[in-house]
Amino acid sequence: MAADIQASQSEIVHPLDHLIRTDRIPHIWCPGCGIGTVFSACLKAMISSRIDLEKTCMVSGIGCTGRAAGYLNLDSFHTTHGRAIPFATGLKLANPELNVIVFSGDGDLFAIGGNHFIHGARRNVDMTVICVNNFIYGMTGGQVGATTPVKAKTTTTPVGNPDAPFNLPLLAWASGANYVARWTMLHIRKLTACIEKALTRKGFSFIEVLAPCPTNYGRKNKENSLETLRLYRDKTIIKNNVDPSELDMDFEKGIILGEFVSRERPTCIENYDRTCRIP
Amino acid sequence: MTARSKNIKVITGNTAAAYAVLRCRPDVVSAYPITPQSELVEQLAKFHADGLLDCEYVAVEGENSAQNVACAAVMAGGRAFTATSSYGLVYMYDTMLQTSGYRAPLVMVNVNREPPGIHAVYSGQQDMICTRDSGWIQIVVENCQEILDTIIMSYRLAEDYDIQLPVMVNYDGYYLSFLAESVDIPEQEDVDRFLAPLKEQPQRMKLVAGAGTGCGSHGIGMGFVEYRKKHMAAMERSKELWDKIDQDFKNEFGRGYGGQIESYRCDDADIVLVATGSAVGTARTVIDAKREQGIKVGLVKLRFFRPFPVEKLCHILKGKKAIGVLDRSICFGWNCGPVFQEVCALTRHIGIMPMLSFIDGLANMDITKEHISGMVDEIYKASQNKPYQELTWLP
Ligand SMILES: Cc1ncc(C[n+]2csc(CCOP(=O)(O)OP(=O)(O)O)c2C)c(N)n1
Ligand code: SF4
Repeated sequence: MAADIQASQSEIVHPLDHLIRTDRIPHIWCPGCGIGTVFSACLKAMISSRIDLEKTCMVSGIGCTGRAAGYLNLDSFHTTHGRAIPFATGLKLANPELNVIVFSGDGDLFAIGGNHFIHGARRNVDMTVICVNNFIYGMTGGQVGATTPVKAKTTTTPVGNPDAPFNLPLLAWASGANYVARWTMLHIRKLTACIEKALTRKGFSFIEVLAPCPTNYGRKNKENSLETLRLYRDKTIIKNNVDPSELDMDFEKGIILGEFVSRERPTCIENYDRTCRIP
Repeated sequence: MTARSKNIKVITGNTAAAYAVLRCRPDVVSAYPITPQSELVEQLAKFHADGLLDCEYVAVEGENSAQNVACAAVMAGGRAFTATSSYGLVYMYDTMLQTSGYRAPLVMVNVNREPPGIHAVYSGQQDMICTRDSGWIQIVVENCQEILDTIIMSYRLAEDYDIQLPVMVNYDGYYLSFLAESVDIPEQEDVDRFLAPLKEQPQRMKLVAGAGTGCGSHGIGMGFVEYRKKHMAAMERSKELWDKIDQDFKNEFGRGYGGQIESYRCDDADIVLVATGSAVGTARTVIDAKREQGIKVGLVKLRFFRPFPVEKLCHILKGKKAIGVLDRSICFGWNCGPVFQEVCALTRHIGIMPMLSFIDGLANMDITKEHISGMVDEIYKASQNKPYQELTWLP
């Protein structure tokens, strides 16, 4: 009997297995971590969007989220901390046929790499940027970042964070991104649909995804994974196309989710061709 | 009065570094976390939150900012501290050049880890090597007590009026950063007394409100050359002063490290092994064992890497029959270890003899007693005029 069960288990194949480097499993993510859910939403969207996977690549910076690129069974790049967007820019400009996905953490994209984000969006480089925002530097043990809420406890702000976090969708909109959305990893269907849309759109697309880091953020702020998910359910409200200045991160007031920007600014390559290439 | 406090705590290398910083009373600490340094900056944040460390603690958004904030804090007349490792060190490199060019006496810890290239969250001294021509004083230490003591001594050196240069204190990531050892934490008043001579010195160059000091403006022609010469001369002066500071520290706290280098059983030795960092502890036991077997071998622990302790090394190495150098990093383009390459440059003073390069301990590979024993055997062979291998990769 036990042998039967074992045999049938070994035949079970996860529907996303072909997109994963299964030899790297088990992954490093902690129990209760939200990154895996966002990663699988991304993989599902890659399939459902019908983009050519042979011409798709993923770039990550460094961090727990940054490990994603290493698990994807397509061309993938684990770059230096903060530099995923310039790396992705190089890939796209050298080979415009590529679908370029950047999958990285809030610290990577907005603290050490913040400068690149605004310039990627300003130039409207054709790529999809997915940011897993867990409010903290997960990988290095839970230090304060550019997205940590005011008063939140971290290992480098033991009495609470004095600084205001970025409003990421506002930053993306103001910098020039063509497409901007925010979800939590609990809103998995809407998230997947948005990633699917972003993958097929032209220009710079940005999706912020809130996800729990129980090991560092949760433990420091006395919030277990389930409580975080409850917050995602009870303290969020979906309002598409709302003014991005209303999207600040305040759980007391409620967090607004949805699709906020969908516009058609010319892309980096289009602008370049128009201005720099003599016909 | 001599301090003989015994406040022993079992703490990691990172925590020992944090205690040293606490005792040196910096005005500004700015840092960005990175494995294996994070515990150090977290400990400082905790001291700060607990009201023990009265400074501005700036949790910046990256190492480049960390170095800029710290450099500026020093230029404004304050005492500053920052710490990093590996990727972080090379990410602050442009500003490191600025800090040394401004002659800003900043003290920084670098917890050695392999830098970018092949992603490795492992120990190795390549990060320090990448920044060797930055105009910083670079010191490498062996154990947790030495981490604490060296940081305190480094402020005395950096801020000395005759020096005014930034100092980087290096210790092996993992092997020392996370190793818990018993460490004697000096009393605040004793450290205050040790650092007090700095207060009696002439005012160093700093920005004073209303004085109209312009820093970093264009250096043209001979002005530039003059500046470089002075920087170089200050580095040279730092060697002797470091030996003196080490002696002062020994008088005050009862612990000394020999200054630029420590020479172990070298006086009557025929052959010598040169090593740095945490591997020195292992090497010492091997040297003792080899001595028991009748091999006349000595050990040099290199503490100063920049400036390179030319005179002291020449004095010890002259007349030896063969020399081996253990590197935890590599020297691209020379097919050897970087410290080995520097020791080779001494031959113009000490003459030609067999020199052997050993590259070991990259990416957290343990440098074992067996490895070092093999090194000594190979150096011995070379000293007997037998054929030997110039470069050996271990394991
Ligand atoms: C230049 C540099 N500085 C610091 C680090 C250390 N480091 C690695 S990941 C990380 C933060 C990651 O946070 P985030 O991007 O939010 O990702 P998470 O781990 O939370 O998914 C830091 C500071 C590094 N790798 N490189
Ligand atoms: S530390 Fe946090 S972000 Fe990293 S894997 Fe664990 S739960 Fe996830």
